[in-house]
Amino acid sequence: MQVTYYPGCSLEGTARDYAASLTAVCKALGVELIELEDWNCCGATAAHALNHHAAIALAGRNLALAEKEGRDLVVPCPLCFNRLKTAAQALTGDKRQSYDYAFQGDIKIYDLADFLAQEPLLQLLASRVSQPLPGLKAVCYYGCMASRPPGITEAPDHENPTSMDRILSKLGVEVKPWSYKTDCCGASHLIARRDIVFKLVGRLYDKAVEAGANCMVVSCQMCQANLDLYQDKILRELERSYYLPIFYFTELIGLALGLSQARQWGHMHFVPPARLLAGVGLISC
Amino acid sequence: MLSNPKLIPEVQFMAQVEQDSGIAVSACYQCKKCTNGCPVTFAMDLYPDQVIRLVQIGQQKAVLNCSTIWVCSACETCTTRCPNEVDVAGIMDYLKEQAIKSGIDIPQPRTYAFHRVFLEDIGRRGRVFEGGLLPRYMFQSGEIWRKLKDRELKDDLELAYHLFRKGRLALTPQGIRARAAIKKILANSTG
Repeated sequence: MQVTYYPGCSLEGTARDYAASLTAVCKALGVELIELEDWNCCGATAAHALNHHAAIALAGRNLALAEKEGRDLVVPCPLCFNRLKTAAQALTGDKRQSYDYAFQGDIKIYDLADFLAQEPLLQLLASRVSQPLPGLKAVCYYGCMASRPPGITEAPDHENPTSMDRILSKLGVEVKPWSYKTDCCGASHLIARRDIVFKLVGRLYDKAVEAGANCMVVSCQMCQANLDLYQDKILRELERSYYLPIFYFTELIGLALGLSQARQWGHMHFVPPARLLAGVGLISC
Repeated sequence: MLSNPKLIPEVQFMAQVEQDSGIAVSACYQCKKCTNGCPVTFAMDLYPDQVIRLVQIGQQKAVLNCSTIWVCSACETCTTRCPNEVDVAGIMDYLKEQAIKSGIDIPQPRTYAFHRVFLEDIGRRGRVFEGGLLPRYMFQSGEIWRKLKDRELKDDLELAYHLFRKGRLALTPQGIRARAAIKKILANSTG
């Protein structure tokens, strides 16, 4: 199966672990990712905060390019996904004439986790698991942008998304229910208002531990950064002593498929997962 | 702001907001569901329902000068849960654009600087280069001087070093071919 792949800027930098793991996993599952030729930044938060028209046009240019290629579009970053879906609605709505980019809506735009959680791929994944991951107790943390607002994302259950839950269940991970799946981590406030992110993330740690998790699993590179980069500092400020590795769901898929590169991805994290993986007998130290 | 005894409604303001943004602010009946679900009210000077109400009664100055519109993290919980389909987060964006156009001092200058630098970076190459964005933000916002004084800069440099060591810091920016198209898109930028 071939799809067009829109990586987004972070996957060329701070989220290279996400890029590496999803590329390997898609290859192993027979999904051929063809990177969108000459794609540009979706505009992210900055564009929609400062310039609505530019925000639609920046994302819209990518849609116009992708539609020419004719394949469905798969987007790993939930913010990119959200901005592309927002543009798709604007470019097929009654104000479409005010934009230079045309989009008919003939291709589908998928959030990566939703794409991989489709039933045929899920069955294939289940049949390929060579190293199940018992001992990992995970909360799935989806964040905001793949779900909200549902009028844009078309998420089937925006208050309780289940794509990662369903995927991890196939890997033998014990998925813990919790009520904070789609609570905000503070996103790009990390740069200018770190205090906001620290407060929101501190509560997420508390709730994950309360749910019985020994790790958190994400599909968003902004969530991963906020939960991973400053975990030490946030926990020190809160006077907590948790140890919560923050995995991309694709990293766990890679481990369960027994991919040889999968153990390397964890080395890119600030909270090293090796101690957890060794503790539950999934790797030897 | 709210205790001002001489509130003089600017009656055209809400109509203007609705016309420009396409968002039906008048549909709000103040159930406060937006505020109750908002994750960042602890950092706001006005609650989201108050912003909407102040738009309804034409308090343009109050809403353009508030921190709330910049503290909003655009998580879209308010927009999602509003029983009257008021796009509350969309109003926050609209008001930010208006605040910039009106030339007032932005009450959250660091957040504004970050957005501005980010958009400029897109304009430069069509893609964002994290390694260049953050230093530029520090100088534009003046954060570099505070961080030097508070020794926070040391933490930041350590973080950058670890990102580099772990392979998460790109050292060369990626540019696209169609930079002219991106420049054209951003030419009417208010940022």
